[in-house]
Amino acid sequence: MERIPILRMGRFLLVTIQVDMHDRLALALQDDLTARIVRDGARGVLIDISSLVVDSFIGRMLATTASMARMLDAETVLVGMRPAVAITMVELGLALPGVRTALDVEKGMEMLRARVGPGAETAGHDSDP
Amino acid sequence: MREQRAAVTLRSDLLSDAELERQSAEFLAIFQAGIQGEDIREIAGPEWEKARDFLADFGRSRGQRGFTPTETATFVFSLKQPLFSLLQKELEKEPAILVGELWTISVLVDKLGLFTAECALVGREEIIRRQQAELLELSTPVVKLWDRILALPLIGTLDSARTQVVMESLLQAIVDTGSSVAIIDITGVPTVDTLVAQHLMKTVAAARLMGAECVISGIRPAIAQAMVHLGVSFNEIVTKATLADALRHAFAITGVTVSRSAAA
Repeated sequence: MERIPILRMGRFLLVTIQVDMHDRLALALQDDLTARIVRDGARGVLIDISSLVVDSFIGRMLATTASMARMLDAETVLVGMRPAVAITMVELGLALPGVRTALDVEKGMEMLRARVGPGAETAGHDSDP
Repeated sequence: MREQRAAVTLRSDLLSDAELERQSAEFLAIFQAGIQGEDIREIAGPEWEKARDFLADFGRSRGQRGFTPTETATFVFSLKQPLFSLLQKELEKEPAILVGELWTISVLVDKLGLFTAECALVGREEIIRRQQAELLELSTPVVKLWDRILALPLIGTLDSARTQVVMESLLQAIVDTGSSVAIIDITGVPTVDTLVAQHLMKTVAAARLMGAECVISGIRPAIAQAMVHLGVSFNEIVTKATLADALRHAFAITGVTVSRSAAA
């Protein structure tokens, strides 16, 4: 089955969704992501949705993913939402309270670094003394 | 006899500039062609197509130049008097036919006149619509105040259509400038009711989804009181009394410090 790749950057995980997201893929991503957060001891998750069509299910999935990550002590930042998608989400009543957002990956990365502290990118479970 | 009717060129009651004469002559020619048709009481037929086109153009241009619908329709109605007197002269001996013919002509001219007046109104409405659209565009500027700080001074009443335009232009500006703070200034918004407040909250939520924090400024005391009485609260949104306060807050978020030079 098709999977969405999860890239590790130090203590952050980067998920770039570039395929058409269907419901099973979304659930598989949640499984994978929570597993990776635990395995890698990730402190932050960056989800890039710049090329994603967001419907109400995907919107809710993004919100629940963020809650799950927070439970595992990882901050989620949603980046790259397009204006049209933002308007649709608000009209659908999915304002995603509690999910942090940034304009692009760079700004999202800055945001995560500011929260977790410097040096987080190079330190992970593996390199911990 | 019909041709004679149409040949009347008496236009004494209207302005006598050259353009009017040209329009009169043109209309009379078309009118003449029109009444050659079978049923001259019905102006929807093909014989009257040219007349309809002419009057539609005429009415619209008159409407746009500021003539009242009455003045515009009088252009057509002024045809009645010469036509009636002509008929009376022609059919003096046969009063029965005269009444019938008068009625026919009256109905025809009335229809044409009303049609013209309607077109004049349509012309007016076009102007109003265009001005509304222009106003909509004009009244929703997004201003770049500082690096990564946008301002959106709202002026006038906020309704759903305008909110949509405001939201779209704000979000696009956030993408274009890479801004992280947007200040929505509502000093120029006369009243804020629950609907407007909801629109504002939607805009703020959408901007937040794009990674930009929104600050609402310029809330006048009366509006603050009204909103609280209405049960609207902007609890999750940063609100400031003036644009200056909002800018100071935006500076704090983006890490900009402003200081007076020693000379000042």
